[in-house]
Amino acid sequence: MSLLLEPTAERVKEEKLYLEMGLTDAEFELAESILGRTPNYTETGLFSVMWSEHCSYKNSKVLLRKFPTEGEKVLQGPGEGAGIIDIGDSQAVVFKIESHNHPSAIEPYQGAATGVGGILRDVFSMGARPISLLNSLRFGELTSPKVRYLFEEVVAGIAGYGNCIGVPTVGGEVQFDPCYEGNPLVNAMCVGLIDHKDIQKGQAKGVGNTVMYVGASTGRDGIHGATFASEELSEDSDEKRPAVQVGDPFMEKLLLEACLELIQSDALVGIQDMGAAGLTSSSAEMASKAGSGIEMNLDLIPQREKGMTPYEMMLSESQERMLIVVKKGREQEIKEIVDRWGLLSAEVGVVTDDKRLRLLHNGDIVADVPVDALAEEAPVYHKPSKVPAYYEEFQKQEAWTPEIDDPKETLVQLLAQPTIASKEWVYDQYDHMVQTNTVVTPGSDAAVVRIRGTRKALAMTTDCNSRYLYLDPEVGGQIAIAEAARNIVCSGATPLGLTDGLNYGSPDKPEIFWQLEKSTDGMSEACRVLETPVIGGNVSLYNETNGVAVYPTPVIGMVGLIEDVDHITTQTFKEAGDFIYLIGDTKAEFGGSELQKMLNGSISGKAPTLDLEVEKAHQNMLLTAIKSGLVASAHDVAEGGVGVALAESLIGTELGADAVLNGEIISQLFAESQSRFIVSVKPANQAQFEQVVKATLIGYVTNDPSLVVKSADEKTVLNVSVDEMTKAWKGAIPCLLKSKA
Amino acid sequence: MKFAVIVFPGSNCDADMYHAISDALGAEAEYVWHHETSLQGFDGILLPGGFSHGDYLRSGAIARFAPIMKAVIEAAKEGKPVLGVCNGFQILLEAGLLPGAMKRNEGLKFICRPAVLTVENEKTMFTAGYEKGQEITIPVAHGEGNYECDDATFNELEKNGQIIFRYQDNINGSRHQIAGIMNEAGNVLGMMPHPERAVEALLGSDDGLALFQSIVRNWRETHVATT
Repeated sequence: MSLLLEPTAERVKEEKLYLEMGLTDAEFELAESILGRTPNYTETGLFSVMWSEHCSYKNSKVLLRKFPTEGEKVLQGPGEGAGIIDIGDSQAVVFKIESHNHPSAIEPYQGAATGVGGILRDVFSMGARPISLLNSLRFGELTSPKVRYLFEEVVAGIAGYGNCIGVPTVGGEVQFDPCYEGNPLVNAMCVGLIDHKDIQKGQAKGVGNTVMYVGASTGRDGIHGATFASEELSEDSDEKRPAVQVGDPFMEKLLLEACLELIQSDALVGIQDMGAAGLTSSSAEMASKAGSGIEMNLDLIPQREKGMTPYEMMLSESQERMLIVVKKGREQEIKEIVDRWGLLSAEVGVVTDDKRLRLLHNGDIVADVPVDALAEEAPVYHKPSKVPAYYEEFQKQEAWTPEIDDPKETLVQLLAQPTIASKEWVYDQYDHMVQTNTVVTPGSDAAVVRIRGTRKALAMTTDCNSRYLYLDPEVGGQIAIAEAARNIVCSGATPLGLTDGLNYGSPDKPEIFWQLEKSTDGMSEACRVLETPVIGGNVSLYNETNGVAVYPTPVIGMVGLIEDVDHITTQTFKEAGDFIYLIGDTKAEFGGSELQKMLNGSISGKAPTLDLEVEKAHQNMLLTAIKSGLVASAHDVAEGGVGVALAESLIGTELGADAVLNGEIISQLFAESQSRFIVSVKPANQAQFEQVVKATLIGYVTNDPSLVVKSADEKTVLNVSVDEMTKAWKGAIPCLLKSKA
Repeated sequence: MKFAVIVFPGSNCDADMYHAISDALGAEAEYVWHHETSLQGFDGILLPGGFSHGDYLRSGAIARFAPIMKAVIEAAKEGKPVLGVCNGFQILLEAGLLPGAMKRNEGLKFICRPAVLTVENEKTMFTAGYEKGQEITIPVAHGEGNYECDDATFNELEKNGQIIFRYQDNINGSRHQIAGIMNEAGNVLGMMPHPERAVEALLGSDDGLALFQSIVRNWRETHVATT
């Protein structure tokens, strides 16, 4: 891999070597016309990685434009490392979600760990202190040994990184479905807290200012990671293992503390993480955003190995590195801070006025490319779209209705479905308490982290039911947003905004592009109605294995503000005698339900319907009641319906519940109609609650630890002890992991 | 009373310890960087949790060579209270201020959860605020908290009342469910559970507050007695 063996520009063109790097013929021609000559090997690498879907959003840009991204509290929308929303008192919350699917598919521990590391850097490079991590994971069924391996290693990787750096992993979600078997999804979200005055921009401003490199040295790991992330997985993907980076959370902890100290110095002009596409993206984007150029001498880059070529250095995705711009003459101040944390720093370049990225190596100019061409002028595609045959088929189907003899047995089985079952096995491995701000720990609808020194707290959640999205991307997309907001509201918070992790198959297939189009339509509409702007996110396409795509999975990471810690509400019932209410109507909606999956092994038909105005009204009523102190517990009704929601409200307490459900009992128990909540209310608050909230009184909390459900004719439909439900719910995942089948 | 919170590269519970002292306890605390060499002016020394130097070698094995550790050992000899929590406990073991060693948790996985502890010895400067046999809930968060020592050491610990806390359930495989031990002189305590995470009811438990209060009360009493 020495420089001498690197192909000439002519060979790159004649032998179409750019194809291997992920550029198409047309894209290579475009690069040629921009440069007015044939790009050399290094330059071809720069174009290929910056024009990858991962960095340029070339296939998804037309869709992302639909999202509402503004709001009176939005201080920073999409475009920087992470979005920022004002929370008052000169403070703001900074958050973003990012995928690390492909690396995690072939090297799950490091793939997941570096996903956490990357999203942390996106947040602290904005100047914010990371206060919590969340994640959203998708795997195949745990009955497969390969899936168990991926699941265990991904969780260990997330734990290994987050625990060491000391940022609590406070929440997340894990779902299992055969469509993720070969292509697990690993999305990591980070939430940070910042004072307005500390907000940083990744900009290379001020001609003559110095470009400095901070953090770990550059090695040959992760070369072309962004390109690898932008193609489908196949049986040959294991050969791409060198494209997976290796994480060092200790180094990142030092980098985090050093950066938060650096931003307090007025010698710092700009800062950006070297994430996907490493040195290339950080330098080109910082210059492009500032309308400047950068000249870098690659001989000065700290290198882990001898004989690295410009191509390797520029495309390396070695972790725990930052590129910063410093006022000329004040480099020493910066160096002293970095030194104190035992980290490397080097002056590697200078800000220029010619809007070009010029790279020197061994005295030669090895690349000279317009920064805007790399960062802004990637081709934008509007791919053809086509309604998939399966969708038309599902829409024509008669609604499926389950036949159930023993509702009790069905409920217990539902509680043991891995997607519903307790994820304690997972979050027990995450330090979710470090920083001592976690008020509501993992396992609730949303995690709650208080803001030290104030009465305020932040609620945060990740959510997406991809089964609904598969059946109907538009409605499913709306539901994803609505459900995330429901989680936030249940905890007593007003939703502030969201970050989205869009995980889809190949956009080159019209049916997949149709899923992208429809689901982003649905999401945009829901965001507008529920007033939750999209302040950033990530697109991961080509999530396919051997030609089969994952379900459309736009993971929603939402954050809400709790104005007073007294409003914090959890899902479990609190006291015997409290009344239990159901907000929302139940219909015989089983398409894509957990019950359908459990009984049929697959899903079909129509997704549940959603009326966004009704959704908004229900959320507003509940939030008003919570803030007025009228609600003892609140839980959204999701997978498994009211039956599962009641069970989840009881597990972990020593209480029971008696409920009467009017209407067709199986639907009442297990249908997955939207916009519903289970709420408990103290008798003393009944009258006031009923004035504020339109809800059905369905029963009351008891001292006998069992769940008793009766039909309208007072016939007992099920009677199950909380103990039996708890065992099924808690035991399911550990039991599946122990099986050696 | 003024506490020093020692900060090693990779410490990550230093701020939690600082806030437990300054906000919940209402005493004075100050961070001391591992490169410092003196603990003059401090009345109590706190070694917080985290992953000092990444714990890439044995936990605490590198931190114990930090320049500040000479001063920590000196303070311990002078009889000042020294508390090591989690990684801080591991560092005290590596530094030889406490006997024994840590192995990886029995289940080979990191565990983070509230743990119920039993107070085994309430006649110490750290536990005077508890009753003997009292059950307290203090969170654990560690991957290497499986305490091990040889028979002779164990017998000594037991005989001298140096076993201060035991886990009610043996969550990590520790010998005789040991969660925290003290030196023979009675002024150095190491424990895997995090009392600094249990000082506010809002966060689930304030059972750890009495530990810090005990230290302060003891200091006040001895301070008044000697002046």
